[in-house]
Amino acid sequence: MGSQKILVIGGGISGLTAAVEAAEVGYDVTLVEQTPYLGGRVTKMHSYFPKLCVPDCGLEINYRRIKMNPKVKIITQAEVENISGRPGDYEATVKVTPRMVNDNCTACGKCVEACPVEIPNEFNYGMDKCKAIYITNGMAFPQKYAINKEACDGCGKCKEVCEYNAIDLDMSEETLTIKAGGVVVATGWTPYEASNLDTLAFGKAPNVIANVMMERLAATDGPTQGKILRPSDSAEPKSIAFVQCAGSRDQNHLPYCSGVCCMGSLKQITYVKEQYPDAQISMFYIDIRAMGYLEDFLVKVQEMENVSLIKGKVAKITEVANGNLKLEVEDIAQGNKISPEVDLVVLATGLVPSKVPGDINYDEYGFVAPDNIGIVGAGCAKKPTDVSNSVMDATGATIKAIQSVVGGGA
Amino acid sequence: MAEKFGCYICSGCGIGDAVDVEGLAGIATKEGKAAVGKTHACLCNEEGIALITGDISGEGLDGIVIAACSSRAKVQEFTFETPVFVERVNLREHVAWCHTPGDEDTQMLAEDNIRMGCVKTSKASLPDAYEPEEEFGKDIMVVGGGITGICSALDVAKAGYTAHLVEKEPALGGMVNKLHKLYPKSSPYQELQDTGIEDKIKEVEANSRVTIHIGTEVEKTEGSPGIFNVTLKNGDTFKVGAIVQATGFKPYDASKLENLGYGKSPDVITNLQMEEMAQRGSIVRPSDGKEAQSVAFIQCAGQRDKDHLAYCSSTCCMTSLKQALYLTEQNPEAEAYIFYKDMRTPAQYEDFYKRAQEETGIFLAKGDVNSISPNGGKITVEVNDTLLGEDIAVEVDLVVLATGMVPNSFPETLKTEYDPETKEDVPVQEDSGMYAEPALGLEYRQGPELPTLKYGFPDSHFICFPYETRRTGIYAAGCVRQPQDTAACADDAAGAALKAIQCVEQTAKGMAVHPRTWDKSFPELFMQRCTQCKRCTIECPFGVYNEDEKTNPLPNPTRCRRCGICMGACPERIISFKDYSVDIIGSMVKAIEVPEEDEEKPRILAFMCENDAYPALDTAGMNHIQYNPWVRVIPLRCLGSINLIWISDAMNKGFDGVLLIGCVHGDDYQCHYMKGSELAETRASKIAETLQRLMLEAERVEVHQLQIDEWNKVPQIFDDFMETLEPFGPNPMKDF
Repeated sequence: MGSQKILVIGGGISGLTAAVEAAEVGYDVTLVEQTPYLGGRVTKMHSYFPKLCVPDCGLEINYRRIKMNPKVKIITQAEVENISGRPGDYEATVKVTPRMVNDNCTACGKCVEACPVEIPNEFNYGMDKCKAIYITNGMAFPQKYAINKEACDGCGKCKEVCEYNAIDLDMSEETLTIKAGGVVVATGWTPYEASNLDTLAFGKAPNVIANVMMERLAATDGPTQGKILRPSDSAEPKSIAFVQCAGSRDQNHLPYCSGVCCMGSLKQITYVKEQYPDAQISMFYIDIRAMGYLEDFLVKVQEMENVSLIKGKVAKITEVANGNLKLEVEDIAQGNKISPEVDLVVLATGLVPSKVPGDINYDEYGFVAPDNIGIVGAGCAKKPTDVSNSVMDATGATIKAIQSVVGGGA
Repeated sequence: MAEKFGCYICSGCGIGDAVDVEGLAGIATKEGKAAVGKTHACLCNEEGIALITGDISGEGLDGIVIAACSSRAKVQEFTFETPVFVERVNLREHVAWCHTPGDEDTQMLAEDNIRMGCVKTSKASLPDAYEPEEEFGKDIMVVGGGITGICSALDVAKAGYTAHLVEKEPALGGMVNKLHKLYPKSSPYQELQDTGIEDKIKEVEANSRVTIHIGTEVEKTEGSPGIFNVTLKNGDTFKVGAIVQATGFKPYDASKLENLGYGKSPDVITNLQMEEMAQRGSIVRPSDGKEAQSVAFIQCAGQRDKDHLAYCSSTCCMTSLKQALYLTEQNPEAEAYIFYKDMRTPAQYEDFYKRAQEETGIFLAKGDVNSISPNGGKITVEVNDTLLGEDIAVEVDLVVLATGMVPNSFPETLKTEYDPETKEDVPVQEDSGMYAEPALGLEYRQGPELPTLKYGFPDSHFICFPYETRRTGIYAAGCVRQPQDTAACADDAAGAALKAIQCVEQTAKGMAVHPRTWDKSFPELFMQRCTQCKRCTIECPFGVYNEDEKTNPLPNPTRCRRCGICMGACPERIISFKDYSVDIIGSMVKAIEVPEEDEEKPRILAFMCENDAYPALDTAGMNHIQYNPWVRVIPLRCLGSINLIWISDAMNKGFDGVLLIGCVHGDDYQCHYMKGSELAETRASKIAETLQRLMLEAERVEVHQLQIDEWNKVPQIFDDFMETLEPFGPNPMKDF
């Protein structure tokens, strides 16, 4: 017996889009998200290129559409362990980790004051601390706290102060079986592990950061309240180098191009320029990939003062005095080697797809292959791409999932 | 209008510590005329909800005021099965969490919020869904029978709907018909593949849910979503609910590229001519028909160039790599030179780039072309090789210019319209429905085509919502929307098809499409007082209003996105929604208690966009940021719905100043209704006159743009405004 429902795996911008778009056609949707909150990677970004607008703006609209639509069922902290079946009739096994905070939670925040356990804040890539009971930020949805099970010592202080009976430390893990007629896989990406790039000093020199960390440094709700400061001494950086293709387009790391890092770095150059108009900025690239009318943004950055875009490959980064960094670069245009010294280095690390186990075809890099029917990939689970194209793709994936439900997809 | 409503005040989350909730209940019943006024320690828990639902049935309430947390929190909890009007009064984020507990000013703020909530509830009612005279249609029209249009029609059909596919040429297939092969679209990205267009055409021809209209164009499209009536040039007519525009692109006019040798020799051709040649069988020199031994590919020919196309056409790098393989597959000894600015082979396409790099006959160089000139049967290409830093020259048999894509919506000749102010014909704006080439023939007062943004693409320029256009129910897809390849076109086609079927479903239920997808309200006009001033017809960003022969506005409710911009624009105040009107908001303004001058408690009224500014204020509350308690906040669906009468009302009431806080506008606008915040600012700039009449300073009204993450700036905006008002002293209207 087939199912009329649609299952969306992943609650980032792609999955969120797929879920709300399907529900507004009239289908019942179950959205499963691995973390306690929706929004995924984009919630950690300061702004989108090329408009430099804020991710929360679009998320707010999507959350509102979801809140008003009873057809969307959200299950957070849910991990798909297996998915099998055929178009029109799928079954997913989903493990749900306990949140230990129930729907009574009003997000009043009393529990956080009471919690004695401090841990590195994963939302800010460990650049500051949070409590074992936490909410990622003011715009987080669902608007209720969650307890980090690994970090919690079970002291019960949060339970004592909670006036709404919202803490349930005995909540246990559950395994659910979800049936669906069509499935959208929107599991997104994780940043490539920068410490694998052993010549680039990430993890050794504190002032070598990854591009995703730069987003948090620029964000109002980030570890520095939006002020870009270098990690070692909280100094204002005066010279910054952006290192493109840090792992991407590299047979030893990610052979493919991660699609978004050129625009990402150009965008981050504007963050720096806004705060420090006199900062010296260099960006070392192989090719600048500003597709379509994103070209306009490239031109805008090219015209900025004290910004040098240099075709060159950064071979090595070494920490020198004062936490500064010395780069060894092959300047391809000039045909020589240069070794600039800067205050801060941003590695444009790439996108690694997240996979779901089950009857799904993946390409050699782990991206969902385009030939799947019934279970369709969307956004960065399918290819490394930007937000706008992810949303476009997720909207398209939605109709493929609907076709699987109505039996027209084959 | 709610006949009998109750007001429920929560004392949880610190509200009870900050304000006297029993006092608020008294305000609700006495001043607010609530039939029931109750308090509860945690309104969102089971007991609290039971209290309310008990009263809905027991007391027969048809309106509920929830005075607790923000309207953005606990939405499901405060959604009731019985249809009742629900108004949320924010006592938590906007009062208890950001003002001094127990302070007189805090209490006064809470009381005013209660007064506003009660008067709104007493005046608003639940909207009924719009029902047109004719029945709603759910068929979809797809305009353009290229790969995007074919895929879109098939996606519509496979989802269980019916499509009309309109193609002006005598055959389907569009530009792909001219292609020899495609570059690989799936792993391992090594081998060229057939276009497969014949099979696609057969598939769509065989699908019983698709009606194909070839060799004809759309003559006109009347009506609105759910009830579009289409007439084709061949006389056929049909009704559809929504439209996908997939009208594709034309290649950039290479005759403008004389600097790159085009026109100087028949052996300088475009990438599209190369495809057609390959399709005919072999790569030859057009001048003498001999097989080409060497070919130079010039990337970005007339692209990334402010004198031609400023943008990148996204596909040409991959296309030239593919065409270089045509050559080396034909003759392994042949040589292909690709001169580029940047090789743009994103994502997994990198694998194909790598494969081409490994091909012995393919040479890639980053370079700027100095000249291309015929040279005794050969063509000399002089390039400044920017990697080696020296000028190089190659002699080749054939030069291929990688020319870009121009959307078919881009006009052949720029149109003009009469400007009554200057009494001259002026060029129509890109974002005018008058600008684009004919494709849809919309019978809209604002013009027959989709408004475009930069470069003539009818794209929304929205990152989160790429299918939003300024014509409800009409979605652009494929190369008319942005330059993209066939794989992306197929995905785009699917996305637009989804939006189209979603639009017909939402419309049939009487609901709006994005962003207010839950909203059944629609504008109602009190025509007796209309002066035919045209503000509504001009300002609506979605072209909702047509005109009759006497220039009366004719609303088309299913085109409406429910932003209320028309309501704000109307000087006669004749446009209302059931739950949002000039009277409702005006009554909220009037319900606020403004202390007399000697109390020395100034009052500021802030109209805030509910999509971005209001959530920002909530976040300020969640962060327990303290700010001025003399500010009263009224959220608006869009700042563009601000009616200037509310500012007069506020001034007459004795408010010392009025703030308008909306979204960023300009080229990188963030307004969800495209034009709302900009229109609000224009409108507010004309308030000075009104203020003068009231003997008030123009500085008493300020407009601000606020992004949703700028919650930390809110206190400063309020404080700065207070400082601005300081020298003017209190509003002299206070004691009247």
